Amino acid sequence: MQTLRIIGTYLRLGALGELEYRANFFTQILQSVLSLAVSLGGLYIVFDHTDTLGGWLPAELIALVGIFTLMGGLIRLVIQPSMQRFMEDIRQGTLDFKLTKPADAQLLVSVQQFEIWQGIDIGLGIFILGVATVRLGGQVGGWQAAGFAAAMLCGMAIVYSFWLMLATVSFWAVRVENILVIFQTMYQAGRWPVNIYPLWLRSALTFLVPVAFAVTVPAAGFTGRLEWPTLLGALALAFTLMAAARLFWRTGLKHYSGASA
Amino acid sequence: MAATDKAPAGIVTHLSLSPRVLLQAYRAYFRKTFAVQLQYRASLLIWLIGSILEPVIYLVVWTTVAEASGGSVGGYSAGDFAAYYIVLMVVDHLTFTWVMWEYDYRIRLGQMSAMLLRPIHPVHEDIADNITYKVLTLFVMIPVVLLLIWLFNPVFNTTLWAVAAFIPALALSFFVRFMLGWSLAMTAFWTTRINALNNSFFVISLFFSGRIAPLDVLPEGLQTVANLFPFRWTLAFPVELFLGRLTPQEALVGLGMQVLWLVICLVGMQLIWRAGIRKYAAFGG
Repeated sequence: MQTLRIIGTYLRLGALGELEYRANFFTQILQSVLSLAVSLGGLYIVFDHTDTLGGWLPAELIALVGIFTLMGGLIRLVIQPSMQRFMEDIRQGTLDFKLTKPADAQLLVSVQQFEIWQGIDIGLGIFILGVATVRLGGQVGGWQAAGFAAAMLCGMAIVYSFWLMLATVSFWAVRVENILVIFQTMYQAGRWPVNIYPLWLRSALTFLVPVAFAVTVPAAGFTGRLEWPTLLGALALAFTLMAAARLFWRTGLKHYSGASA
Repeated sequence: MAATDKAPAGIVTHLSLSPRVLLQAYRAYFRKTFAVQLQYRASLLIWLIGSILEPVIYLVVWTTVAEASGGSVGGYSAGDFAAYYIVLMVVDHLTFTWVMWEYDYRIRLGQMSAMLLRPIHPVHEDIADNITYKVLTLFVMIPVVLLLIWLFNPVFNTTLWAVAAFIPALALSFFVRFMLGWSLAMTAFWTTRINALNNSFFVISLFFSGRIAPLDVLPEGLQTVANLFPFRWTLAFPVELFLGRLTPQEALVGLGMQVLWLVICLVGMQLIWRAGIRKYAAFGG
């Protein structure tokens, strides 16, 4: 309950801050439309020549684009800005202020910064998923919806833990933002289902940077091609990474001596 | 520095300088940019991941399509796509420019003021910076190319004249793309939201330069639109030329179009630059 209240407070703070810069809203719409043009334009050109790509039908890949957009929006809404702020706080010593607050510091750090205009991508992603559902012709049943929801939650947990662990490295080494840029670059590969990539690239997109769990696995759930072992694997990985991130965070925190004093 | 109607005295509004002075300046710039960029080795590598990953993604997509539709698409087999995207990666890397992403903060933070006071046009430092980056990153690019050749089995069947004609085409591409990027960067004099413009430019060029797919593979409507932009002449053309996919006539037309765009860009850049520095009002600094 208190967790939700804390998240709500930071969301409101983020909204108040961003509402002062309304022009950013239009910049963000343009940005979202352009990114979508790349995804859907690519599909349009590809399906001008073929009926399926790596076993995926056009409508199924539209669903994948929806999830790519939705997940990207979620990451840029809160995970990425919060983690960037966290790393900045370590460098400047201002993390002290978070640590002295009477709430779990990991939670405070993880939701401290919302960029609300990124919500446009979340809305757009959901809209595209709706379009895909119509084009799939009611193929999405109850089990599929449940599998999709579970895979989506796992994907979020995995991506969040991944970012937190990388950001936590800042307790020891000061310049790790570069590694996070790699995530943004590699995430672009998620516009396409990872099963089309050769083994070396697929492995990198699964275990090095968890793009497969963030986009392809939820999309597999949405289109009813998710198999039990994959879903269980995603669940196991999600719990393991959450626990590992927590442990790593605690170890890092012990190492922190403050830079402000 | 407030916006005035005339460019203040002492600010260089033209490109010409005596060759000797220019040579000295470039030597100094190379020394400086080399030292600076070596300090950012990690960032250099990370930038490079993007330039390698994007062609690899589309290479995989199109190889998958080719294999699913009986071996070839729009005249490209899987091996042809591999050759196309490996050459495209190299040409794109050698000719791309990022200067339009830098002008936003140069102008917003007032760094431009110091650059304007130097007795040499700032474009020279940007060119030197670009060339230094290309030379430094070549040491990573070459092994990557060899690795991709080993992984994707490209098919090359080119001719000697095509490879020879490729060299001036590559040089022209570099200059056209650089001047285009620089003209775009100059819009930062008028708006502080240049990044929105940059992103639009980037997406349009993704479709019409042959990066999302070779132009022959695009639907016919998009192929026609591609003729309106300079992008196909600065990327798809040199790549197809190198691969021996063009006739001598097509090669001449392409080189002609490159020269035409170079002239347009040079004139445009001068006009925008002159108007821009009159408009410039330093923020901060």
